[in-house]
Amino acid sequence: MNQPHRHEPLIKLDMVNLHFGQNHVLQNISTELHKGCITTIIGPNGAGKTTLVRVILGLLKPDSGTIWKENNLRIGYMPQKLQVDKTFPLTVERFLKTAQNCNQEQMQAALNDVGASLLLKQSIHHLSGGEMQRILLARALLRDPHLLVLDEPVQGVDINGQLELYNLISRIRDERGCGVLMISHDLHLVMASTDHVVCINHHVCCSGHPEHVTNDPSFTELFGIKGSEQLAVYSHHHNHKHDEQGNVIPEKEHASSSNHKGCC
Amino acid sequence: MPDFLIYALLGGLGVAIVAGPLGSFVVWRRMAYFGDTLAHSALLGVSIGFLLDINLNLSVIICCVGLALVLVALQRQRMVATDTLLGIMAHSALSLGLVAVALLEIRVDLMSYLFGDLLAVSPQDLFWIYGGGIAVLLLLKLLWQPLLAITINEELAHVEGVNVPLIRLILMLLIAVVIAIAMKIVGLLLITSLLIIPAAAARRLARTPEQMAIGAGVIGCLSILGGISLSWYFDTPAGPSVVVVSLALFIALYSLPTKQQA
Repeated sequence: MNQPHRHEPLIKLDMVNLHFGQNHVLQNISTELHKGCITTIIGPNGAGKTTLVRVILGLLKPDSGTIWKENNLRIGYMPQKLQVDKTFPLTVERFLKTAQNCNQEQMQAALNDVGASLLLKQSIHHLSGGEMQRILLARALLRDPHLLVLDEPVQGVDINGQLELYNLISRIRDERGCGVLMISHDLHLVMASTDHVVCINHHVCCSGHPEHVTNDPSFTELFGIKGSEQLAVYSHHHNHKHDEQGNVIPEKEHASSSNHKGCC
Repeated sequence: MPDFLIYALLGGLGVAIVAGPLGSFVVWRRMAYFGDTLAHSALLGVSIGFLLDINLNLSVIICCVGLALVLVALQRQRMVATDTLLGIMAHSALSLGLVAVALLEIRVDLMSYLFGDLLAVSPQDLFWIYGGGIAVLLLLKLLWQPLLAITINEELAHVEGVNVPLIRLILMLLIAVVIAIAMKIVGLLLITSLLIIPAAAARRLARTPEQMAIGAGVIGCLSILGGISLSWYFDTPAGPSVVVVSLALFIALYSLPTKQQA
């Protein structure tokens, strides 16, 4: 859990606290985001996932605690959804240009990257949910970010599209070496394509490798045996055994034996 | 052509060109009621001008800008919903203005303040319209990208380094200035229509925000030309005639068969 990190940190949170009125939404949260590393925040509804991301983005100020950011850190943010007023005439092309000054080729390349090559001249008001997600991702990429922040990137996308999108995010990380921070609800799909998991329920319950987290008792407590069972099926690589309840029996050095890219 | 007609045309066209892009923001950001509220404070500005013995154009600008600042501050309190707040301010400001005019025993032609007096535009008014208008257009050009960014999504703009509260405040002040200089043309009860109707009509043809902003300016100019002609040939009140022509253009554009819209 506290292995030395091979990559330089982009953002460090130290003992961050935030209250909404009487609600102590974020309690002593400390975590780090690293270059070239996919970090996923998971947790039940109302656990403070989105709040934590908004604090990291600077949209909310914590009551106490410190947030360190690398100098000139450029963030590419992909919001959960983007509702543009119908009275605002906007094509995909013009929308991408608001990310930064870029030429036709760069825009087309970004669209090709996210598998939306035919949408350049489309109106933003006529896109499907999945298309909109891809356009938002393309726009975030055009900023050439050090850190990509994705708030539930696969919402409203069908199951095939979800897998594709997660693969795409992994590929972007591999090619560009940027850090990625995601929020996710769905447990098993995201686990396969993440390096570091932070499981929160107002405080950090547990964090580390996906395999490590799914075996953590506090995770089982939070998501129930069903949840961790489901996850185990997807994150192990048939190199360990299950106990009678379906939980994985940890083996020595098991956590580092799987095929993820090795950061964190 | 008589002088007063030339002044009316120059004044009207100047206001329409500035009102186009700002009216587009009023439509995009749903600020119509906000504009209306500022306009209603103009009469208060006139009486303050009389009281302090300063230029009336200047005192109206100061009053609109001041009210915009008060609204921004009150919105932060979040005690009263924004539309309730605007409703209170709009009609209180108008009533305060009317009471102040009566108390100070100022002789004003109320009708010309309420519905505009386009044909009485003076060279001095032109100075205010073009001075204020050019300043507003320059700021708009300078801040165009961040203004679009906060209109698309304020959070995204914030993450990408835009100072959202500052840009939002500047937009409100720009609208306040345009309303103050446009009051002479269509009057405080009709100003919002000069902002909204051309922009809404231009939406029909536009595929980008820039096209809509410029298109709104062009449609506004056509409305001014049409309104003044109507007033000249049929002796109708000039301000309302401008609004009627812009409404006709709006209906005509929306009756056209639809093409693919953006």
